[in-house]
Amino acid sequence: MDWVTDFWIPVIKAIVVVLALLVGGAYMTWGERKLCARFQVRYGPNRAGPFGILQPLADAVKAIFKEEIVPHHVDKAIYLMSPGISFAAVLITFAVIPFGPQIDLLGRQIGLWIGDLQVGLLYLLAIAGLGSYGIVLGGWSSNNKYSLLGALRATAQMISYELPMGLALLSVVVLAGTLNLNRIVDFQGQWPLIVWQPLGFLIFFIAILAESNRSPFDLPETENELISGFMTEYGGIKFALYFIAEYTAMVVNSAIVATLFLGGWKWPAVLSNLHPLAGVALFLAKVLVVLFLYVWVRASCPRVRYDKFMRFCWKFLMPLAWVNLAVTAVIVALI
Amino acid sequence: MVRDAIVGFWHILRAMGMTLKYFFTKPVTVQYPEQPVRLYPRFRGRHELRRYEEGPYQGLERCIGCALCAAYCPTQCIYVQAGENQDGVQRSPGERYAEIYEINLLRCMFCGYCEEACPTGAIVLRRQFALADYSRDRLIYTQDRLLTPSEPHAIILDDRAGSEQERRPGVSGKPKG
Repeated sequence: MDWVTDFWIPVIKAIVVVLALLVGGAYMTWGERKLCARFQVRYGPNRAGPFGILQPLADAVKAIFKEEIVPHHVDKAIYLMSPGISFAAVLITFAVIPFGPQIDLLGRQIGLWIGDLQVGLLYLLAIAGLGSYGIVLGGWSSNNKYSLLGALRATAQMISYELPMGLALLSVVVLAGTLNLNRIVDFQGQWPLIVWQPLGFLIFFIAILAESNRSPFDLPETENELISGFMTEYGGIKFALYFIAEYTAMVVNSAIVATLFLGGWKWPAVLSNLHPLAGVALFLAKVLVVLFLYVWVRASCPRVRYDKFMRFCWKFLMPLAWVNLAVTAVIVALI
Repeated sequence: MVRDAIVGFWHILRAMGMTLKYFFTKPVTVQYPEQPVRLYPRFRGRHELRRYEEGPYQGLERCIGCALCAAYCPTQCIYVQAGENQDGVQRSPGERYAEIYEINLLRCMFCGYCEEACPTGAIVLRRQFALADYSRDRLIYTQDRLLTPSEPHAIILDDRAGSEQERRPGVSGKPKG
C-alpha cells in the first residue's frame, strides 16, 4: 500500500475541503445577510471590519462564549448529539462532488474530488436522507411540543421532497447514462444539462429548497407559529452548529446543482481547458450564482402554508417530475 | 391545475423581478454616527432652558420659577423650586428664579406642553435626540445640564419647503417663543 496516494492525499484533500466548507458556510451567513439587506434597500452588517467582513467571526466568538444551557427536561445525550449529526451529514455530502479536473502536483496526479464513487448520485440521495436525523432527533430530545412539531414537519417535508428530487436526478441519469458524478460532469463538456433539462432543474431546485429548510419552505422553524421549531431549546454553540449546518447545506446543495445541471467545473470547455484552476474558478462561480438564487428566492417569496406545501409536493411536483422523466426517457430511446 | 401552475409561476417571476429592481437601488439607511440624520424643523427632542441672548436682560435665565410647566405636564416629570432674586445677584429678570429645575426624561413623553405653558419661552424642546445613557440617575436632567445648549448631529430640513405642510394640513404655523 502506497501510504501517500492511498492515505495522505485523500486525508489532506478532505481536510482542505472541510475547512473550505466551514469558511464557506460561515461566510454564507454574512453573504445572505448582506444580500437580503440589499433586497430590502438597507446595507446589512457593515460594522465588523470593512463591509462587515469579520461578522461571522464576531458571531462565532459570541456563540462560543454564551453560557452553555441544557434544559433539565431534555434527553441529554441525543440533545447534545443532534446538531453534530446535522452538521456531519452536510459535510460528508461534499465527498463525491468533483470541484476541478485532475491536476499535476509535485509529480503526482491528483483529482480534485475526494471520492470517485461509481454510484455517486445514490450516495447524495442517501446522505440527504441522513440529514433529517439531526433535525428530528433534536426536536424529539428537546421534549417540547413546538420542537416536536418542527421536527415532525422537517421529517415529513424532507421525505416528501426527496421523491421529486430523486425523479429529477433520474432524468439526469437517463441522459448522462451514469451515476458517477465525474462522468456526469464530463457529459456536460459541450452543453450543461440545464439546457436539456430545464424542468428537471426547476424541480430539483425547488426540492433542495425544501430539503435544506430554506424560505419559502422553512416550515420546520417558522418563527411565528413554532418559535424556531426544532431549534427552540438550543442556544450558544449548539444553536450555532445547527445554524452553520443550514448554511453549509446551502453551499453544498448549490455545489450539487452546479455539478448536475450547470456543467460542474467543465462547462464551458473553452475556459476550463485554459488552466486546471480555471475549472475550479468556474465551479465556484456557478456555486455563487446558485447561492444568489437561494437568497433571491428567499427575498421574494413568502412562506407557504403547510398543507398547501405538502399538496404542492405530492399533487403537482411529483406528477410533473414523472412526466419530465417519461418524456426524457422516450426522447432518449428514440434518438 | 395547469393554468394555476402557470399563473403562480408567472407571479413568482414577477415578485423576483420586483425584488431584483430593489436590489439595484441605493440603500436608504442613514449611517448615523458618520452621517447626519435628517430632522424636520418641528422635531421635539430633549428640553433645554434658554437665556436671553440680547437686550437689557442679556445673559439672564428666562425661567422665572413660576412652575406653570410643572403644573401643565401630563406625566408630572418636571420639578421646579423657585428662589427669590437678591439685589446684585440677579439670575432672572423677575422677582424669582428657578432654584432647582429638574426634568425626569424617563417619564417625559415629549408632548411639548411645557413649552406651550411657559410664559417666557424659557423651556423649549430642542433637537437633541441621542438620549441613551448608562444609569437612571443620569436621565434626570438637572438645571445646569438643561441650560447647556446641545448640537445634535443632524441636518434640519427646510420648513418652508411646502410639501410637508401640504401633507399635514392640521399643523398650524404658530411661532414659538
